[in-house]
Amino acid sequence: MHANLETSHTVDAAIDNGIDNAIPALQCHGLRKSYGHGRVVLAHLDFTLAAGEYVAIMGDSGVGKSTLLNLIAGLDSANSGSILIDGVNMSSLDDDAATLLRRQKLGFIFQAFHVLPHLTLQQNVALPLLLNGSPPERASELLAAVGLAGRGNDFPRQLSGGEMQRVAIARALVHRPKLILADEPTGNLDPDTAHEVLALLRHEIKANGASAIMVTHSAAAAASADRILIMSADGLQPLVQKS
Amino acid sequence: MTSASTDTGTRAAKIGNPVRTLSRWLLLGEWRAHPVRALVAIVAIALGVALGYAVDLINGAAFNEFSAATRSLSGQSDLQLRGVQGLFDDAVYPQLAKRKGVAVASPVLELNVTVPGQTSALKVLGIDTFRAAHITPDLIGVPDQEKPFDTLADDAIFLSPAAQQWLQVQPGQMLALRNGTAIVKLRVAGGLVRARTGQRLAVMDIGAAQWRFGRIGQLSRIDLKLQPGVNREQFRYTLQAEFPMRLQVSESQDQESRNDNMSRAYRINLNVLALVALFTGAFLVFSTQALSVIRRRSQFALLRVLGLRRNQLLRQVLLEGGLLGCVGALLGLALGYLLAGLALHFLGGDLGGGYFRGVQASVQFDLPAAMIFFGLGSGIALLGSLAPALEAARAQPAAALKSGSEETALARLATPWPALACLLLGALLTQMPPLFDLPVFGYMAVALLLIGGITLMPRVASLVFSALQRFSMGRRNGVIATLVLARLANAPGQASIALGGVLSSFSLIVAMAIMVTSFRISVDDWMQQILSADLYVRSASNGETGAMRPAEQHLLATAPGVARADFLRTSTLTLDPARPPVVLIARAIDAADPARTLPIIGPQLPASAIATDSLPIWVSEAMVDLYGYRLGQQVTLPLAAHSYQFTVAGIWRDYARQSGAIQLRLADYQRLSGDTEVTDAALSLQRDADPGTVIAALRALPFGATLEFSQPGEIRALTLTIFDRSFAVTYLLEIVAIVIGLFGVAATFSAQTLARAREFGMLRHVGVTRRQILSMLALEGGLLTALGMLVGFLLGWTISLILVFIVNPQSFHWTMELHMPWPGLALVALLLLFSAGATALLAGSRAVSVDVLHSVREDW
Repeated sequence: MHANLETSHTVDAAIDNGIDNAIPALQCHGLRKSYGHGRVVLAHLDFTLAAGEYVAIMGDSGVGKSTLLNLIAGLDSANSGSILIDGVNMSSLDDDAATLLRRQKLGFIFQAFHVLPHLTLQQNVALPLLLNGSPPERASELLAAVGLAGRGNDFPRQLSGGEMQRVAIARALVHRPKLILADEPTGNLDPDTAHEVLALLRHEIKANGASAIMVTHSAAAAASADRILIMSADGLQPLVQKS
Repeated sequence: MTSASTDTGTRAAKIGNPVRTLSRWLLLGEWRAHPVRALVAIVAIALGVALGYAVDLINGAAFNEFSAATRSLSGQSDLQLRGVQGLFDDAVYPQLAKRKGVAVASPVLELNVTVPGQTSALKVLGIDTFRAAHITPDLIGVPDQEKPFDTLADDAIFLSPAAQQWLQVQPGQMLALRNGTAIVKLRVAGGLVRARTGQRLAVMDIGAAQWRFGRIGQLSRIDLKLQPGVNREQFRYTLQAEFPMRLQVSESQDQESRNDNMSRAYRINLNVLALVALFTGAFLVFSTQALSVIRRRSQFALLRVLGLRRNQLLRQVLLEGGLLGCVGALLGLALGYLLAGLALHFLGGDLGGGYFRGVQASVQFDLPAAMIFFGLGSGIALLGSLAPALEAARAQPAAALKSGSEETALARLATPWPALACLLLGALLTQMPPLFDLPVFGYMAVALLLIGGITLMPRVASLVFSALQRFSMGRRNGVIATLVLARLANAPGQASIALGGVLSSFSLIVAMAIMVTSFRISVDDWMQQILSADLYVRSASNGETGAMRPAEQHLLATAPGVARADFLRTSTLTLDPARPPVVLIARAIDAADPARTLPIIGPQLPASAIATDSLPIWVSEAMVDLYGYRLGQQVTLPLAAHSYQFTVAGIWRDYARQSGAIQLRLADYQRLSGDTEVTDAALSLQRDADPGTVIAALRALPFGATLEFSQPGEIRALTLTIFDRSFAVTYLLEIVAIVIGLFGVAATFSAQTLARAREFGMLRHVGVTRRQILSMLALEGGLLTALGMLVGFLLGWTISLILVFIVNPQSFHWTMELHMPWPGLALVALLLLFSAGATALLAGSRAVSVDVLHSVREDW
């Protein structure tokens, strides 16, 4: 585990120096997940996400989209198969190691925003920095980047839904993660706000050189991604390829 | 670049450790958002610690001062000889003074002298100044410079400053004391070399004391200072063997042990009561923390998703609880110190218990005790946070992110096995004997029953409300009743947290109310049994030097209006130097029917079963516990320097003396001891005699002015007043525990109601009115409180059985009957029901006033 993380650090350094990284951001091989009562959610899923790629996954309710995200994030474990994030095999990690990896490599955006109500916007965005032992100054930059400059000392209760999702985007990107996981990021937003948020999300993902997976029911939301996949009982199938 | 790096470095230095910064943000954020809840938890811990620390300081100060005062009377003696039955013949003194190994032998006549017009006696020490100077130099009188030989004068007495102040006399004035029915007037010749603050003490020449108080040829004790190199233990053993029945040879540690035994049970019971308040505070912390963690379940899940490790989250929640506990404990220590000072100043060192009369203690800061109570306070808060912290750390982040998963957090509480194990272990511990003469296992049983009862509540709540819901399903119920029963049946975990507060408060109320009522009624019944005469006469209300001679007894018995006079003589026996003396009571007892005079419990030995060479005695319950006496047992007791055979003919209940009492027939006592004086008389009047007229006739007797009269009603009223006063501190501690418990009920109801704002918002959306929501909350609060009170009553009743039949007998060596204070319990139950419902309504009215639109948002 430690060797893998060191490899990741080496790769990070290589990226910072502008050397192209051929390692995919995410690789899923033969993923299978079922629950105790015999319900198979993922049968045999294979999926690769290239570095810097932004993919949207659509599908019917209950088909396993959120389950896939949870497995990728290390919040759940597959019955079989493997998940490699930036070359590191998640299934070989215990809870602490998976948490460390999540802390360093992943960023999360939720439908329900999940912004801590008792922390200021600045503090909310700085959470991943503190968890990684970094100073929190970059939080202000990200707040400005998402259009909330000067509001670092406000509390979430003073924000609209769209503004809260902007905060969540800032938090997801502040620590320069390799991979962003967005679960229905516009599910609670009106169409106009959703459009703004999606544009912001795409811009920031690309600007920060991250890869991203967005799970959504909305075709309009999916259209903001590089590639759209449809999830069904047969696995993931491409819908649209965008360059 | 350089300045940016410098700025970054400077700011980084200011930020410090990032993880600590995060911890601080989370802590301050939570407390800033919910300051009242944090404050309530802090106050609960502070109150519990304050009471425990204050009681400990008071007990310690009073006991230490009392012991120091007692030690000052022993001075630097290596050994002390005391009479087994109070006084002994001073002929033994010359033998001891000349004995090999003895450096100095100091004779002492120690009397509790009756003071006319006072309720307490004056301790008078008759000493040999020249001998006492070597052993108890502090007790030497300080005469006026012009009368240097007053320490040997036969009319002089020296008083400590506290005694002078109490008796309002100064050197040069006369002091009147009682000997029998006569007054002894002595000249106050000065003070003492040294006396402890508040110590009421008098010293005079031993010869003068023997003569003035009719104790010629008698001593109370001889203090011995041994020569260097003498083996004290060996010397003591040899000396004791020479006087097995007449004298007790003891060391200063025996005296310490005696002091300790006198008041230990009382002090420890007070400490335990104070700890009950702390326990209730701990439960409040648990319920506050548990609900806070449940409310923030999604937040904690988010932090786990973002990369906070399990043990980091565990530490964070424990840190919250621990800090609350530390702040509360520190506050409690300060408050406890203040309370102790105030209590000692206004109530004295015995807090109504009557164990430390005559001491003026001052509070001293006790660092070890402070550290213990600080540890208890903060430890208990940590303990209360442990279960919620573990749950938060163990929760699966993906599941916990979803709202509505709160009940999952409490699923572990539903398992009944830990609770049943606590209850079973508690039941087993009730069968254990006392440990070091204390009901340690009894206390543990009470604690286990409380813990078991509280942790069983989720299961009980689930069973009861599910049954209620099933019962109501086939019937036409209103929407409110349906919603209420559905929530209570299907979310028992959250309901049980509120129930726990009700349960702990009400069970403690029930337990203490039953115990105190049982005790009070038993004491009253006991007095009705022992106060069978019409009038009681006493030659002295205090001390041991007031007594009536045979001629005076005859005049009393033949006074107009008196049908019969039963006389009583009280003295002491030292059977164990490490224990307080046993009281010996000689009175008229009909051996064929002793229950007419004595409150006998259990079977009695018929007079025919007593051997001809043995005399019957009747012993108190304490003699059974402390000395192992049994019905029918033959014992040898010392009386007037001889030993005699007695048979235990019965056991009687005695609420007046914890250290043991023996009663025998007055005729037997007078025949064996030759002592014909009496201290009390119980007069049965003629049918038409008026007590007032009889009293007037007795006052007209030559010694009538020295007599004190009481009628049974007065004695009963005074006794019950003393009883209530001695329980005042108990009542206070109980009230504080109840207040803390009710705080907990209010806090949990309030927290739960506010956390359900989204639920209420949804209900308002579908058309439920605000009034209906408030009715729902009132019904929920009422049902929860009713169930909590029902279970609390059962638990409290069970705990009261332990208090009545195990803790009290093992602590104080007396038994009592169980009596139920139904009216009082009903009143408290109604008050609790009302306050819980009112709290739920108050919290609910805040919750339904929240903007409905805001409350249904998926976010917090």
